[in-house]
Amino acid sequence: MTLDGKAPTGRIQDSWDTHRFESLKLVNPANKRKYKILVVGTGLAGASAAASFGEMGYNVEAFCYQDSPRRAHSIAAQGGINAAKNYPNDGDSIYRLFYDTIKGGDFRAREADVWRLAQVSNDIIDQCVAQGVPFARDYAGYLDNRSFGGAQVSRTFYARGQTGQQLLLGAYSALSRQIKAGTVKMFPRTEMLDLVVVDGEAKGITVRDLVTGEIRCHVGDAVVLATGGYVNVFYLSTNAMGCSVTAIWKAHKRGAFLANPCYTQIHPTCIPQAGDYQSKLTLMSESLRNDGRIWVPKKKEDCKKPPNEIPEEDRDYYLERKYPSFGNLAPRDIASRAAKEQCDEGRGVGPGGRGVYLDFGAAIKRLGENVIRERYGNLFEMYERITAENAYQRPMRMYPAPHYSMGGLWVDYDLMSNLPGLFVIGEANFSVHGANRLGASALMQGLADGYFVIPYTIAGYLAQTKPGKVKADAAECARSIADVKANAEQLLSVNGKKTVTEFIRELGTLMWNNVGMARSEQSLGETLRKIPAIREDFWKNVKVTGKGAELNQQLENAGRTADFIEFAELLARDALHRNESCGGHFRVEHQYPDGEAKRDDANFTYSAAWEFKGVGKEPELHKEPLEFENVHLAVRSYK
Amino acid sequence: MSAHASEHKTMNLTLIVWRQAGPNDPGRFETYQARNITEHHSFLEMLDVVNEDLIREGKDPIAFDHDCREGICGMCSAVVNGVPHGGQKRTTLCQLHMRTFKDGDAIYLEPWRARAFPILRDLVVDRGALDKLIQAAGYVSCHTGGVPDGNAILVGKREADYAMDAAECIGCGACVAACPNGAAMLFAGAKVSQLAALPQGQVEAPDRVAAMVAAMAENGFGNCSNHYECEAACPKGISVKFIARMNREFMKALFLDKIGALPKPSASAG
Repeated sequence: MTLDGKAPTGRIQDSWDTHRFESLKLVNPANKRKYKILVVGTGLAGASAAASFGEMGYNVEAFCYQDSPRRAHSIAAQGGINAAKNYPNDGDSIYRLFYDTIKGGDFRAREADVWRLAQVSNDIIDQCVAQGVPFARDYAGYLDNRSFGGAQVSRTFYARGQTGQQLLLGAYSALSRQIKAGTVKMFPRTEMLDLVVVDGEAKGITVRDLVTGEIRCHVGDAVVLATGGYVNVFYLSTNAMGCSVTAIWKAHKRGAFLANPCYTQIHPTCIPQAGDYQSKLTLMSESLRNDGRIWVPKKKEDCKKPPNEIPEEDRDYYLERKYPSFGNLAPRDIASRAAKEQCDEGRGVGPGGRGVYLDFGAAIKRLGENVIRERYGNLFEMYERITAENAYQRPMRMYPAPHYSMGGLWVDYDLMSNLPGLFVIGEANFSVHGANRLGASALMQGLADGYFVIPYTIAGYLAQTKPGKVKADAAECARSIADVKANAEQLLSVNGKKTVTEFIRELGTLMWNNVGMARSEQSLGETLRKIPAIREDFWKNVKVTGKGAELNQQLENAGRTADFIEFAELLARDALHRNESCGGHFRVEHQYPDGEAKRDDANFTYSAAWEFKGVGKEPELHKEPLEFENVHLAVRSYK
Repeated sequence: MSAHASEHKTMNLTLIVWRQAGPNDPGRFETYQARNITEHHSFLEMLDVVNEDLIREGKDPIAFDHDCREGICGMCSAVVNGVPHGGQKRTTLCQLHMRTFKDGDAIYLEPWRARAFPILRDLVVDRGALDKLIQAAGYVSCHTGGVPDGNAILVGKREADYAMDAAECIGCGACVAACPNGAAMLFAGAKVSQLAALPQGQVEAPDRVAAMVAAMAENGFGNCSNHYECEAACPKGISVKFIARMNREFMKALFLDKIGALPKPSASAG
């Protein structure tokens, strides 16, 4: 089946305004309160959407697994948020942000969606300022900007090294205001474990109360998933421990198509792994690459030496050498692969030779330690707490780590999945980043979707549906509750010998080694042979202690791990089918002589949306062709 | 990578941990051993090791809150040897590393203890009362859309930096757990100060401080008697100067006649 993304036609500059007027119906203010919208996840996308719906007069129920909506993992984004304000007068424009995002994504995103993102980016900054987000300012009181990878303009707004935190607290405060007003009912410590589909439309969710263990169904007129990304499938990642594929995977199993799961982002600057016991990897903001220079020793025998004993002429600043016009600010996929390449050649530093230096020596000499401390002090502190090394005196050690998923549930231009009534926003959908996301664009997308896109597009659906069509006593709800209960009971009854952590580690290691930064037909084939064995072993051998009707963190982890195991197979299958390299998806068979990713536009200029056909069964592929009318398909060069 | 763990010297520790099955169950201390811990383990990774052993023995693992494990989400929360987050300056429990302990140490682990934070299980408490404070008025009442350009209202760098100092609060509740009165003055003061310092938040400043002070009493928090334990325990180093600012904002609101009769702390909260 060929999928239609329903992108507006005509001049792209007018597409969003025209679409809003001509295609999207409105819901009369007095009728809004008759509709109930369920929002799952309260990060930037979910909190901003729930708050906006509440303000508009809809009846909202919002859910998060954390103890407070303020803790969603958007909070960990450090560096900043992009917008096309052109405040620095350095040549930025909506067109340029659009162009950079399409090119950064290696020409694998829908043009109209990306245009809209660039267009509303400016409104986001205004909105956040009005909420009291303390963005960095210059001495005259104007907003300050810095640079991020993949762009030659300074368009990134920031709040020290905690931009995600400040934007999330802004959205959380707007959400809190609506909770107080009674338009939003908040359910913290509540995890979505199933989607309820009635007559082909999404009308509810089944959740587990993580404190009491109660499993119950919530019905509504539309469901909005804002449940983030899935890179914890690699076990060690920069994501929070609770980030999982569960919500979107359950929706996928009920019929929602999952698109481009093989597009995963490996962030180039993370603190290298120190040992087996490790539970997560910590990212160091891309903003560090504004002033830090990345290098490895030219000679292998220098790798064990203290870095300050290696003279300048024996250092290889490989990003500056290979990509002179972007230098240390090359996009993430390129910088990550380059780091891996250096380490694979035996020139990596630190434990196991899996590390490259990020050196502030030159910047400290040029600007003074105080300026560097002012810009990145909190990051240097964090680095020292984890590694016990002082980065003012010796370069940081960095290695790439799984960070973000560009793939996600397939959505059309209105952010609605193929299941009517199911909307997907933020990292959980597949829409705007193509095969690689540029730095400081995740925050932009989350808030664009939540504040300025879905409040309009959801009305287009609701206006055509009768409110309260499905009641809580529907047979589909009872069936869904029974399925979720049976799943939990099964997990608790296996009583095997291996812990949940052992399984997710085993899966993650396999995925990182075979489906990580470099993939091949051989590594993917091997992965697809091994995953079913892990799945079988899991259901025979997993050990989950305790009961279902209590706070049981092992049971939560077991459910998420079971979903990751099923999902991993789809990710590997998508990577095998995409017989080209693009963005974060690097197939070793497809590269230029200098090691750059080689796309195959003739055969793969489409989004791959997969339809679930059963656990362990081959899913069905649906293609959405991508058309480029405003940006010419070209080899992506940052040289 | 397993070779690297063995490069480090390892330590064995004794943990004395508060175990409590549910909000209405009696709690007790239980003793466990943490074995082969390296200096590079974070505190929570050390707990992971203990929990893996407990699960293999068929026992319930220790429930504890955690999520981002990089010191920003504010979810992790436990009192280590009497000090919230373990006492390393400006460090959350998830960022505390075992190099600050030595072989043979005994470590006491307890949940946040405060009237406003009921224990749910083991080290997990309900901090919903902090959300209630923000819901009371911890926001600027602007709608989505229809706001001026970000540069239309200038904000001095000094004010922006001051607001950011206050806004760094991660809402973990260590200040409440550290306070002998179980007060949330540092948490509330930080939000009141952040928004009062910015032109965008000044219009509602008197009403905001009045509502947040009232909400503190309603939700079972105590008052400030200047112990400054909150600042010492705060993993983000939020200064008690923000409590002073809140008191000044409260006085201003009093003169503007914004303060009604404050509710008395509810009997049930006591």
